[in-house]
Amino acid sequence: MYKNFFRYLISAIFLITFSISAKAEFKVGFVYIGPTGDHGWTYQHDEGRKAVEAAGIKTTYVESVKYGADAERVIRQLAQSGHDLIFTTSFGYMDATNKVAKDFPNVKFEHATGYKREHSNVSTYSARFYQGRTILGHIAGKLTKTNTIGYIASFPIPEVIRGINAMTLAAQKVNPNIKTKIVWVFSWYDPGKEAEAAQALIDQGADIIMQHTDSTAPVQTAEKAGIWSFGQASDMQRFAPKSILTSIIDDWAPYYVERAIAARDGKWSQQDTWHGLKEGMVAMSPYNKEMGADLVKEAEQLQKDLASGKIHSFTGPIYDQKGNILVAEGKVADDGMLLGMNVYVKGVEGDIPK
Amino acid sequence: MEDLLIKIEKRNDVPTTLYFLTPFIAIILTIVGGGIIFYTLGFNPIEALKFYFITPISNLYGFSELLLKATPLCLIAIGLSFCFKSNNWNIGAEGQLTFGAIVGGGVALLFYNQEGFYILPLIIIAGAIGGMIFALIPAILKTYFNTNEILVSLMLVYVSKLILDYLVVGPWSNPEGFNFPETRQFSDSARMPLLFESLRIHAGIFIALAAVLVGWFVLYKTYLGFQIKVSGLSLKTAKYAGFKGKTMILIVFMISGACAGLAGVGEITGPIGQLHRMISPDYGFTAIIVAFLGRLNPFGIIFASLVVSLTYLGAETAQIFLQIPQYTGQVFQGMILFFLLASDYLLFFKIKFLNLKKNELGH
Repeated sequence: MYKNFFRYLISAIFLITFSISAKAEFKVGFVYIGPTGDHGWTYQHDEGRKAVEAAGIKTTYVESVKYGADAERVIRQLAQSGHDLIFTTSFGYMDATNKVAKDFPNVKFEHATGYKREHSNVSTYSARFYQGRTILGHIAGKLTKTNTIGYIASFPIPEVIRGINAMTLAAQKVNPNIKTKIVWVFSWYDPGKEAEAAQALIDQGADIIMQHTDSTAPVQTAEKAGIWSFGQASDMQRFAPKSILTSIIDDWAPYYVERAIAARDGKWSQQDTWHGLKEGMVAMSPYNKEMGADLVKEAEQLQKDLASGKIHSFTGPIYDQKGNILVAEGKVADDGMLLGMNVYVKGVEGDIPK
Repeated sequence: MEDLLIKIEKRNDVPTTLYFLTPFIAIILTIVGGGIIFYTLGFNPIEALKFYFITPISNLYGFSELLLKATPLCLIAIGLSFCFKSNNWNIGAEGQLTFGAIVGGGVALLFYNQEGFYILPLIIIAGAIGGMIFALIPAILKTYFNTNEILVSLMLVYVSKLILDYLVVGPWSNPEGFNFPETRQFSDSARMPLLFESLRIHAGIFIALAAVLVGWFVLYKTYLGFQIKVSGLSLKTAKYAGFKGKTMILIVFMISGACAGLAGVGEITGPIGQLHRMISPDYGFTAIIVAFLGRLNPFGIIFASLVVSLTYLGAETAQIFLQIPQYTGQVFQGMILFFLLASDYLLFFKIKFLNLKKNELGH
């Protein structure tokens, strides 16, 4: 009797839950690693979300979701509460995304910067940020007087190493004496640490700073020190108007709108997207005129050539730090090599944290 | 001429019922305060509070998630109550959790491609020992070198996190993981058994419940518990009574560290299944709130861990359904602690407003 009552209670609870989650409206959910006000990575994803909203599709976001136990619950809750398409926008959500996807075969999942697509309802996407780094390297190589470029890096994953290498290769092409100094902060968003790292690099003689982290602290530090810097993820110009030469912009909006509409119309299918300057997922903010009209022209030309494919960021000969050949003369690195990149090219100082 | 004089007096007779009632008052005040905040932010307060406190646990999955979140908080808070009751301010449970997870995770990685019934118990024991060792550092420094345990235990949190960073980026990182800062996934034998299919609640909850029972027994039924309580009330009395203060400090820190270490192991062998840099969303610090909200009483702590977990889950639900910023969850936790401390103050002290004529102040 008592046991039966319990059983009824549980099934009643389940029924109520399902009837609540039985929805009509198409909804898209977003999971962010940082606050939407970071003015970097998460900010740009949220701009993408707003574009989806502007296209007439309802969206929800959850910000500052920590990796680990919390991520899975948030993703699951979004799936459970009637979201039909869920973007998880940081690599640390990879396993959680795939785990939840298994339990919700009718919900579509899009995971940014990861490599696991364990179920047919999981797509992955990322942008070829390294193409932007090539332009930064060219500008930095021309402008540095100390031949030292400071680089604030987050985690030693291929995406970040790729950026460091692309920048260094481009800088070497215009200035063979270039040295890249790196400080690892082991965080995507930590304004305090990022500012300290910027200062440490400046103290070591860097007269140009760039970052693969999300806050505006490095460019602000550079502005105070009166040196050049580059913005990351979004146009950070207003935070350091004198210092910033250009920003690499992650423009997720077209992709998000396209995928959301496809999912709504039942045309979504699994894919692995890696778009760059050509498709507009990577864009450059207006170049600072202080770098000189000639250099602006060169940068714009380089941007065009990278987009058209005339120039590839990783064109041989490319050597590692010990002088071993990585890419032979006349060849370009294939995507497989780029995706697994875990060695520095010649000219980068220090070792990859291992 | 009149002067207003405020006098603060200690109350001699604090009723026990009121003492245990104040946490509830604090929670009610927090809910009222939260409602006002929601209202000023432009949300319907009733609806917002519903999404905060009811929606998260309105189904079986939500309730299991509540227990999942409360498990480490409860476990750590039980350990902390031993320290706090005896006037030892261990603020570094987060570090002890992390170090316990490192040691336990190390054992799990040792057996990463093996199965066997003995693996999980080994990991659990390793985790407890890891936390214990890490807690012994501030304890030994306090007893033999007179350092301040608040500072030492807090600083060690950052040490443990840096050690974890080093390990998951370097020697322990998954060789097939493209350098992502995480280890391999543990084998199935290294994972806590799940209690129900498709829910994440795992056997770790029994460790927490056992800690509650053992904690209650030790604190209230043993000589050690008596020593701890007396030392907490008055160190001088404890000395007169001839209690060995140093040994007791070491013991309470070891208990506390072991509990935190177990919580860490529970997380990595439970919902996470590997080591990475963010194994704990500051459970070790939140557990301090839990311990005090639970009045340092093992059964009170169960209740408090559920309430505090609910503020976390509520913050997520409220964001999903109403787009209320996640940080309101932290505001809630802050408010609970504030109201609890404030009502404690009023409970233990009375404030008298005295109107005195000037001449009465004379001799």
